[in-house]
Amino acid sequence: MKDVLKKSGKAILLGNEAIVRGALESGVQFVSTYPGTPASEIGNTFFHIAKTAGVYFEFSINEKTALEAGVGASFSNLKTLVAMKNFGLNVAADALMPFCYTGTGKKGPTVIVVADDPSCHSSAQSEQNSRPFAYMAHIPILEPSDPQECKDYIKLGFEISEKLSLPVMVRLTTRVAHQKMPVVLNRIGAQRPSRGFVKDQNRFITMPPRVLEQHRELLDKIEKIKEIAEKSPINKIHVGAKSKKIGIITSGVSYLYVREALLQLNLNLPILKLGFFHPLPEKKIKNFIKGLNKVLVVEELEPFLEKEVNILAKQANPKLEILGKDVLSEVGELDPDKVASAIAKLAGKKFKILESRTKRVKHLPRFCTGWPTCPYWKLFAAVKQVAPKNTVFGGDIGCYMMAALPPHNLYNYLSCMGSSLGIAHGVKKATIKTGKKQKVIAFIGDGTFFHAGIPAVMNIVYNKSNPLIIILDNRITAMTGHQPNPGMGKTGMSEDVPQIKIEEILKALRVKHIKVIDPETEYAQLTKTIKRFLTKDEVSVIISKRICGLLAQRALKKKNAK
Amino acid sequence: MQSKTFNLVIAGVGGQGLITLLQVLAQAAMDKGLEVRTSELHGLSQRGGSVSVHIRLGEKVYSPMIPKRQANLVIALEMQEALNAVPFASGRTTFLINKYQSPTMGQGVSESYIKSAITGITKKSVFLSANEITEKELGNSVVSGSFFLGYAITKGLIPFTENDIKEAIKKVMPEKHWDINMKTIDFAKQYHEK
Repeated sequence: MKDVLKKSGKAILLGNEAIVRGALESGVQFVSTYPGTPASEIGNTFFHIAKTAGVYFEFSINEKTALEAGVGASFSNLKTLVAMKNFGLNVAADALMPFCYTGTGKKGPTVIVVADDPSCHSSAQSEQNSRPFAYMAHIPILEPSDPQECKDYIKLGFEISEKLSLPVMVRLTTRVAHQKMPVVLNRIGAQRPSRGFVKDQNRFITMPPRVLEQHRELLDKIEKIKEIAEKSPINKIHVGAKSKKIGIITSGVSYLYVREALLQLNLNLPILKLGFFHPLPEKKIKNFIKGLNKVLVVEELEPFLEKEVNILAKQANPKLEILGKDVLSEVGELDPDKVASAIAKLAGKKFKILESRTKRVKHLPRFCTGWPTCPYWKLFAAVKQVAPKNTVFGGDIGCYMMAALPPHNLYNYLSCMGSSLGIAHGVKKATIKTGKKQKVIAFIGDGTFFHAGIPAVMNIVYNKSNPLIIILDNRITAMTGHQPNPGMGKTGMSEDVPQIKIEEILKALRVKHIKVIDPETEYAQLTKTIKRFLTKDEVSVIISKRICGLLAQRALKKKNAK
Repeated sequence: MQSKTFNLVIAGVGGQGLITLLQVLAQAAMDKGLEVRTSELHGLSQRGGSVSVHIRLGEKVYSPMIPKRQANLVIALEMQEALNAVPFASGRTTFLINKYQSPTMGQGVSESYIKSAITGITKKSVFLSANEITEKELGNSVVSGSFFLGYAITKGLIPFTENDIKEAIKKVMPEKHWDINMKTIDFAKQYHEK
């Protein structure tokens, strides 16, 4: 992580660290994020270096407020980076759409980094492909393949953003964000003096009829970026042997698998490697496919690129045979072997993916052991001990997700951030309506409560239902690598701030039954309260408050070392 | 085939220091002027779950993930995890396996199954009780990864010298951890399995 600030030369950087370096080389001034793997290390790195680097950095309470903070910084002419994982962009989407209409401040270029997670290595919810935001928000999207490109594309993103006053998105996937290689370091860029917020109603207000003009202006900007894309060296052609009249179009980490697979197959085919996903260099693609009989589009998840190539081929080469998702799966990430198998089909070669019959073993992630231990062991033991059999258990996003796995096997539903509470309300209402007296216990962590839980509690109180909510307050956002949150009195700049107390928020929301309990030292109290609260006619909340075991262990180690 | 690329899988469970080992090897490779790429997993796997990380180095490296059956070396810091590296192994692969088991929920496999599965693929497999050895000789099993590195250097299983690795450790690890890791490498060098 410290290498991110190295003056020059080369450093082994993780893709996410290279994103940070690229932003620093561009002279970034304002950075906001909400942690989410596989994007977490972007925020973690800034958390460590922001003061030294003289950059403002914050862990916002969710991705929408992170993006809105970024919009404000951009309007105020600061060079701005906002980072999040794929689902975060859904949360931030409401802010993203008008931001593309207003555009950035004149001297406030903005890059938004979004990390997708094909194969869901560190994601529940869905195997989301964030590319279609290009169609919906008209945001340009760049897709790097490796850490060096992460750094380069961030810089290019800032250049394009500044030229057109439009935010630019850099889309990562797990195998890019969590890939390491030596990255060439350039000088860390000087920060521009701030010009402040320069008032410009025509620019920053999206109301009709002006908003329709802004829509038109946005489309015009995209046309201009298309011209940039046509000439850009990041949409590059690897010439290869043309004699076979077959070629490959690819982007992102898939490009690396293509190069690898061609080596394995001893083939040298023409490749069009696209650094832009949106807008696409249509002329370049047309020229590439013109002389071909067959082309293979190699991309992960849904065939968005393949569809575009299909449309372009109708004009440029209607007889072109296009292979894509007919030879590559739409589910799960790709790898060199899957790609080699697809290329073999394209080139009429034989390639068999060698499967092994050896038994595989899966170590499931679990609550941390050791002492002081994870507070969730006791909490879930208490819940299991006293909750009636037909209780419906709602899970949410965080370490406590692991209660869905053995030995707990607890949850009956688990969806998106904050939804344990929102869904609990619906279940409660429905079961009352149908006369089924099912109890509902909904779990939510402190970080997730601050992120998206508060509106759901308000809805429960306002619309009168009575689930038992258990807030797992372990004093930190633990799952993504221990980022501070509003409950624990530290900011992304490591400043001390007053702790926002969850019980006070709940009181203000008129929750009647609230109890703060340490699950480790007050176990009997905990079981008693669960039983009692389950009989209440109004919503009740138990705040299970005890520090994350890992943090406690680290603190103890430090203390003992002294 | 890419005979010139060296491919290593490190398998284990979260918290065993796999990422640090990768960083040491990547640094050593860069310092020798080689191309190098790693593929890692961060996140859920930190919490004691299965983790497999890849490192590839050579004159030209494209994919960060190793193609099937092309690992030169597998270091399994947890014995059962060796099985998860099997798709990347062939008769040319060497396995260095730590005789340490982290419990799986009811699906654990026996040591004899693991031994027969691995020896069925390659004759080159070594089982060492690295946790016990390092705990006894060096006072801390946290260096079992470095122990395997030292062992691999001595047996010529990785394309690095002792000096390459020691220099890389100094660049990658905080100073307070240098001493025990250097001692571990020295110890592993003269270690002979009984």
